Amino acid sequence: MTAATASQTIGPYWHLLEDKSWANLTRFGAEGERIALIGTITDGDGLPVGDACVELWQPSPAASPTWDGFGRAATDVGGNYCFVTLKPGPVGGAPGANTPQAPHVALTLFARGLLIHLQTRAYFDGDPLNESDPLLASLDPPRRATLVARPVGEQNGIPTWRMDIRLQGVDETVFLEI
Amino acid sequence: MTDMPDLPFRPFSPGSQPALDNPQYGSTAKRHPNHALVRLPMGQTVTEMSAPRFSPTRYPAVVDMTHGKNALGERIIVQGRVLDEEGRPQPGVMIEVWQANAAGRYDHARDQHDAPLDPNFHGTGLVFTDADGRYSFTTIKPGAYPWRNHHNAWRPNHIHYSLFGAGFAQRMITQMYFPGDPLLALDPIFQCTPDEATRNRLIAAFDLDVTQPEWALGYTFDFVLRGRGQTPFEENHP
Ligand SMILES: [Fe+2]
Repeated sequence: MTAATASQTIGPYWHLLEDKSWANLTRFGAEGERIALIGTITDGDGLPVGDACVELWQPSPAASPTWDGFGRAATDVGGNYCFVTLKPGPVGGAPGANTPQAPHVALTLFARGLLIHLQTRAYFDGDPLNESDPLLASLDPPRRATLVARPVGEQNGIPTWRMDIRLQGVDETVFLEI
Repeated sequence: MTDMPDLPFRPFSPGSQPALDNPQYGSTAKRHPNHALVRLPMGQTVTEMSAPRFSPTRYPAVVDMTHGKNALGERIIVQGRVLDEEGRPQPGVMIEVWQANAAGRYDHARDQHDAPLDPNFHGTGLVFTDADGRYSFTTIKPGAYPWRNHHNAWRPNHIHYSLFGAGFAQRMITQMYFPGDPLLALDPIFQCTPDEATRNRLIAAFDLDVTQPEWALGYTFDFVLRGRGQTPFEENHP
């Protein structure tokens, strides 16, 4: 058996790949409840992370010709990212487990200074399934709160949720080993 | 896409991946979490075990980064396979490629290195693996460039890659280096992989069989994505 190839940082010049349209997961015409997911990424000094690549993946709704459930956004100089996507529904748990998972999206962060990506999730505040979600239920309340996006009104007529991400220090976001 | 689609991906082999906190690489200092990563208490789920699949009909492949033959520099062909840890070919993997030009300059607004841009070289490619997990593209050999991590710091020649496998747990971004580069021993990013054999697999092999006469030098570089299996990797390597 050969170990997986080593990760290396995405570096500061990954924007050569960037296609800004990828930040809108509904760009192929997917139908459903459109939402915006926004947030600010800050470092251990509270300074904005202005060169991050944020990827969003959600297995719900299921893939279709107009929907692949994947998006990518660059943070701006203020560390802000913004996705337009469809509100996910609950999905199954681990194979053989009966407890469903509360609606969530997976967020992956790549940046200069990250030798391997950081992975987290955004859940949605107020969802009744949050109480029984296996991951949320395993965390103490202050840590759990870092994984829960909050409603912040509408942006361009779209219900908007905010999930700030702190890489290090007070209120540090929960990052996952998967 | 794989033999065992319902099985979770194995943990990384110890030492095969860099630590997030690396004192030799200054930018990690304020960007690494202090808390330990949290393991999913329920194990991997559909969120980790499935992944978006990309097709060249929607994301057109770019297999010639020299755009005909006009880019300046030493033309090279890079080819290889994407395998999993058991050596099984991984078809349908999308590989994004980006790099500096032959002078060591990225076609990027934030790159202020005093080296010339090449109007015939943007530095991006996109390839998909075939049924045997094979990929190939043509480019020019990127130049070394300075960075400000420490005094007189220079990045070795390298090409950046981003891979999307069949499961999101396989998502990978890495860099490929060139054999014989004296900067490798001095580069904190190359050196960040603790396991020496895994680290050295980031160096492509010059390959005369891939080299095309009167045209381009050839290099072979294989990628390995995490494999699926119930047995933790460690138990197979006592
Ligand atoms: Fe680079």
